[in-house]
Amino acid sequence: MNHKQKKMLYRIILSAVLMVIIKLLPLENQYVELALFLVPYLIIGYDILRKAVYGIFHGQVFDENFLMALATVGAMILGEYLEGVAVMLFYQIGELFQSYAVGKSRGNIAKLMDIRPDYANIMQDGKLVQVDPDEIEVGTVIVVQPGEKIPIDGVVTQGVSSLNTSALTGESLPREVREGDEVISGCVNLSGLLNIRTSKPFGESTVTKILDLVENSSMKKSRSENFITRFAKYYTPAVCIGALVLAVLPPLVNLLYGNEADWSKWVIRALTTLVISCPCALVISIPLSFFGGIGGASSRGVLVKGSNYLEALSKTKYVVCDKTGTLTRGVFEVTQIVTSGEITEDELLRLAAYAESYSNHPISKSLKEAYRKPVDTTRVKDVEEISGHGVQAFVDGRCVAAGNAKLMESLMLTCEKPKEAGTQVHVAVDGSYAGYLLISDVVKPNAAAAIAGLKEAGVKQVVMLTGDAKSVAETVAGELGVDVVKSELLPADKVAEVEALLAAKEGKEKLAFVGDGINDAPVLSRADIGIAMGALGSDAAIEAADIVLMDDDPEKIAQAMRISKKTLGIVHQNIVFALAVKFACLAFGAVGYVNMWWAIFADVGVMVLAVLNATRALYVAPSSNATSLSHTNFKTNVKTNRA
Amino acid sequence: MKKSYKIEVDCAACAMKMEEAAKKVAGVKDAGVAFMTQKMSVDFEEGVDVAAVMAEVRKQCKKVESDCEIFL
Repeated sequence: MNHKQKKMLYRIILSAVLMVIIKLLPLENQYVELALFLVPYLIIGYDILRKAVYGIFHGQVFDENFLMALATVGAMILGEYLEGVAVMLFYQIGELFQSYAVGKSRGNIAKLMDIRPDYANIMQDGKLVQVDPDEIEVGTVIVVQPGEKIPIDGVVTQGVSSLNTSALTGESLPREVREGDEVISGCVNLSGLLNIRTSKPFGESTVTKILDLVENSSMKKSRSENFITRFAKYYTPAVCIGALVLAVLPPLVNLLYGNEADWSKWVIRALTTLVISCPCALVISIPLSFFGGIGGASSRGVLVKGSNYLEALSKTKYVVCDKTGTLTRGVFEVTQIVTSGEITEDELLRLAAYAESYSNHPISKSLKEAYRKPVDTTRVKDVEEISGHGVQAFVDGRCVAAGNAKLMESLMLTCEKPKEAGTQVHVAVDGSYAGYLLISDVVKPNAAAAIAGLKEAGVKQVVMLTGDAKSVAETVAGELGVDVVKSELLPADKVAEVEALLAAKEGKEKLAFVGDGINDAPVLSRADIGIAMGALGSDAAIEAADIVLMDDDPEKIAQAMRISKKTLGIVHQNIVFALAVKFACLAFGAVGYVNMWWAIFADVGVMVLAVLNATRALYVAPSSNATSLSHTNFKTNVKTNRA
Repeated sequence: MKKSYKIEVDCAACAMKMEEAAKKVAGVKDAGVAFMTQKMSVDFEEGVDVAAVMAEVRKQCKKVESDCEIFL
């Protein structure tokens, strides 16, 4: 509890005790009773009365302070002294509870996103000194001890350690780093001492950018929030006028028909409706739900730049994905090994990797990576690179030629023509054809699950756009269960495709584009929602996108959709629940079935329930199949066939 | 030019009032109040005296919500 809340608590206790004592006193004189009851009334309500008067003078007439002041002063005038004090007392208890609950939730969310480093260590005269990270210049070497956060982006100059990146990516597996590796701020150093040369000022480091982004996200308000603002603007005055009519009209009608006016009965009913109608439950719980949803998403490595995007995401019916880097890993790997039958697949791979061992070509790199064992270069002799064809070398005394079909032709050999798309490396050993290796871009292990997850989350159509050849695109699309494929597109064509889809979709449906942030900024900004993935460290992508996935896991898209749906669900529950209870109480209050005590209870109770419901948005269940998938090594994607 | 300020405000409705009040001040192109993070971001018109504009913003906000505070 902060200072303000404690002060309020003392005021509540003091006035409650006074109220009870005065009630128990045997008082005969009405004026003495009023004078005594005014003491606890003013103790508990002086600020409300002051704000109400202040509001009238500044054109803020019909707010909740005005409602409360009117209701309680009205009760006092009618001689209901106890009710007058009690209503104010309960209102303040409700306010205190609300401010405490909101403060708690706010604190919880803020703690979740508390990745801001407070200091950086630098060596000064042989001693470690803590300084403000803002004062560190680019190129300074900072020291990060185990358990500390890396304050500024940089490169490790000394030390080996593992880093916990979960605050940034939601990924729980630690990342190993050593000398020469780039590290990003916001990660927690787990095991060893690291010296890091900073590559950016603090203000431009990843952690600062992310914090700015999340903190500013509540500035972009969703339609639900705007609805509530507009609603409150008309609702409160409407309720005040309604109450006034209720207080005046029935007595006048009574008088007209010659009955007793019964003023006090109708004024009390009118005051009751005023108490019930306080719109706090909505005004507070809805921004809180969105904030919770955004906070929960960011703890999973999904940054949402505004409540409006979180809302739009829940209405997404079309997801357009880029292929390379989004659904596929964007790196080339050996995906198939086919031998002519004379040697084993492993042997074929070994010979090809050895023969290519002196080359720096991406293809030779992927061969070496697939081989996985160190290459003993002393066993390779007489390497001859044949430009545009491949390479020929002696491995363990055997003549190995590895390269494209043209190389085989020049050796007078006929080679297989694989049906699958990709780059082929044919291998000939001692003058006879031995087989080929197929190298292609690899589909991410959970891409298919990600697309299934999108469909489950209510997406009607998943479209894949790519600049790749048709055969490659269709193979990948078939494997993943993508609905529509558009291949051989230039970057400008992608914008046109997205625009065509935007034109074709119906009214409220939204279209999301998912890309890796490289070369697709125009499409990201053109789509209703631009989602950039693998954005950690890529400023351009963070800038252009509306939703940023910190790592490159496509499953996060479906997870983000689930979070947005849950948040919107909570928002709608709160709107419906609060309005239903309020309107029901208003109706009963107007006909006299709800007294002042129930009214205040309904108002505060509804608000507390709505706030508690809103905090649910913060808690996001981890993706159900994420763990099982992380075990699936990409190596299992390598198919080994015999020709 | 955009700047962000730390604020203190008790309820979401009051934050909305502050936002509306700030938007009306001359020299302010746009303003937003985030109740959850207790921050106000103000987008100023070109070439205005930021300090003077913010003093006015604070004054107007105090008018609609006497309990609020903007830390300049």
